[in-house]
Amino acid sequence: MKCWGGGKVKHTLAVLVENRPGVLSHVAGLFSRRGYNIESLAVGETDDSSVSRITLVVEGDAKIIEQVSKQLNKQVEVIKVNDITEEETVDRQLLLLKVNADIAVRQEIMQIVEIFRCRIVDIGRRSLIVEATGDDAKIQAIIKSLQPFGIMELVRTGRVSIVRGQK
Amino acid sequence: MQLGAEILIESLRKENVRVIFGYPGGAALKIFDALKDATEIRTILVRHEQGAAHAANGYARASGKVGVCMATSGPGATNLVTGIATAYMDSIPIVAITGQVATSMVGTDAFQEVDITGITDPIVKHNYLVQEAGDIPRIIKEAFYIAQSGRPGPVLIDIPQDVTAAMAENIDCKKVDLRGYKPNINGHIRQIKQVIELIEKAERPLICAGGGVNSARATEELLYMVENAGIPVTTTMMGRGSISQDHPLALGMLGTYGLAAANMAVQACDLFIALGMRFGDRVTGATAKFAPHAKIVHIDIDAAEIGKNMRVDVPLVGDLKVVLGQLNKRLQAKENQPWRTEIAEIKAKYRAKDRPVVGSGKDEEGVTDDAISAADVIENLNQRLTDDCIVTTDVGQHQIWAAQKIRTNLPGKFISSGGLGTMGYGIPAAVGAQVACPDCNVYVITGDGSFQMGMPELGTALEQGLPLKIILINNQTLGMVKQLQDHYCQGRYSSTEFSKSPDFHHLALAFGALSLRVAKRQELAYKMEQFVQHRGMAIMEVVVPARENVYPIVLTGSGLDEMVGT
Ligand SMILES: Cc1ncc(C[n+]2csc(CCOP(=O)(O)OP(=O)(O)O)c2C)c(N)n1
Repeated sequence: MKCWGGGKVKHTLAVLVENRPGVLSHVAGLFSRRGYNIESLAVGETDDSSVSRITLVVEGDAKIIEQVSKQLNKQVEVIKVNDITEEETVDRQLLLLKVNADIAVRQEIMQIVEIFRCRIVDIGRRSLIVEATGDDAKIQAIIKSLQPFGIMELVRTGRVSIVRGQK
Repeated sequence: MQLGAEILIESLRKENVRVIFGYPGGAALKIFDALKDATEIRTILVRHEQGAAHAANGYARASGKVGVCMATSGPGATNLVTGIATAYMDSIPIVAITGQVATSMVGTDAFQEVDITGITDPIVKHNYLVQEAGDIPRIIKEAFYIAQSGRPGPVLIDIPQDVTAAMAENIDCKKVDLRGYKPNINGHIRQIKQVIELIEKAERPLICAGGGVNSARATEELLYMVENAGIPVTTTMMGRGSISQDHPLALGMLGTYGLAAANMAVQACDLFIALGMRFGDRVTGATAKFAPHAKIVHIDIDAAEIGKNMRVDVPLVGDLKVVLGQLNKRLQAKENQPWRTEIAEIKAKYRAKDRPVVGSGKDEEGVTDDAISAADVIENLNQRLTDDCIVTTDVGQHQIWAAQKIRTNLPGKFISSGGLGTMGYGIPAAVGAQVACPDCNVYVITGDGSFQMGMPELGTALEQGLPLKIILINNQTLGMVKQLQDHYCQGRYSSTEFSKSPDFHHLALAFGALSLRVAKRQELAYKMEQFVQHRGMAIMEVVVPARENVYPIVLTGSGLDEMVGT
């Protein structure tokens, strides 16, 4: 059994829960109470409307992740916990980013948007809103490329993941 | 169609609820109104809601059934909180029902509104805020199932006023269907085999029986394993009663306030078999120094306990009664003679040391040779305890002396707040135990500090005619904290000495109890006899010197064999 030691790794947990009020706060509360840090969290209904899926990214060594999973499993409303870190997954986040865009730099920004295959979803007099989806690395890269122009506002969702292949 | 409150009471009746410990209020009016007609359910009016939760706890522990407590919204609900946390830490099955402001008012900071489901989230196994009266039968059924199955624990049900007053169809809930809640009962066969192998190879195996053995009522299976496989056994505080302490293989309680022999055995063993325990810090001392030569097998119904606090070589999840049965079927009889001899020697060597010791070294005026030691009290009581006696305790030095020494051979007979260490627990827990077992003699061992916290429930005992026998060990101090100040604050006593106390003698009389006071050793036996023989409630104040401390003790950062005072 993996109990002690091991380095810190980011883990992605797919948690199926009853789709009821209060469940998310139970799950989130559990983390803060036990001193575990949630890096990102995304929640939404699944194909079965009575079930929601929470995708959690947590950092910790093997012992912490094992405890997290067990504590989650103990919750009456938690139906299933899957650690999909080691699986082949497709990961996505959504980014919305408002960036300074004077006439002089607009063209340049449009090119960057093109390269990353993201979209411009709103044009203001001095700003643009860029929408992007992708995995962590891509989202980071976009942010980094647009930083020099001056980011006015930035929102991103937590990561959602799905395991590849037939399962 | 039926009133929500009536549906509630009927659902409780279907769960065989016979007793409710409760305290009414505005948001719970309809519920208490419906209780008035429920002749099969005895509603016991407590004096403080915390007492209701503790009484439900004592009831559950003494009876093996779910205890039920009830309170109104707001302050009624918050007064339950300490009691719920106490039950949570000790895995005691209780169901707490609270009134709530009307659904339309929820979230408006209405009069006597608190978010009790939010507040209790970290200290319940599960909780509910009822939305519709029609849901009540299902919720009650689920709540009782959750409270007592798997690892037991408290469940809270918060019911808004309008829900109790609404009319709904009372549709019987036949079956619990919780897809996210499926306790593991049977041990995994591969791990069973690994455990068998370890036990057969071990030369110095040691069992540690925790509260799980008691709550699973697995004492016969434990005894069989101990005797058949020749394995000595120590217990946690919650595990007291799982085996007779007079058994030659029993070592008594381990831990930072445990018996020296038990602790030394832990440090000497080569296989530590943990049964239904959670390796709390009061059990292990410094975890890195715990059982240094041992492989560790951890058997528990709660998978999350395994590996939480302690390294484990073989985990085994399941119900102890079942798992011990599985193991016993496969275990060969074994003598382990050399180890047994060693255990007998360890016991003999340390027996005399397990006694209260004059602690601070500060001389006290007026302490004479005929002063009573708290140990005398416990020993004296022990001679009079029979198998049907129940002993509850409060929290402090008196609790530790009781946990170390009280003769107890059966589950549910030694009742103490282990995990939370809640002062004020002893008297209300005894109320619950006495209600559960009207024919048992129920004793409370308390201190002068704790007594004053649990005191309100003497009113309940008086009204209900409960013949509690309360031993108040009066050392004029908050002894346990004072002892910690000896160890950690160079004996500077801050807020631990009572310069004045109520006249306990008259206090006892005011509650209609026989009142006895004893301060001289020569008088102890005779007064004890009078106390034990009394048919109604009796309170015996035993005056002891403030200077006695609990020894041995394992201080912070030390291993179990690094005890002070051996
Ligand atoms: C509700 C609560 N408050 C505070 C404490 C901390 N505490 C632990 S033991 C103790 C002293 C108990 O004094 P007493 O009941 O007189 O027993 P003694 O230790 O003297 O035997 C205190 C204050 C506690 N355990 N519970």
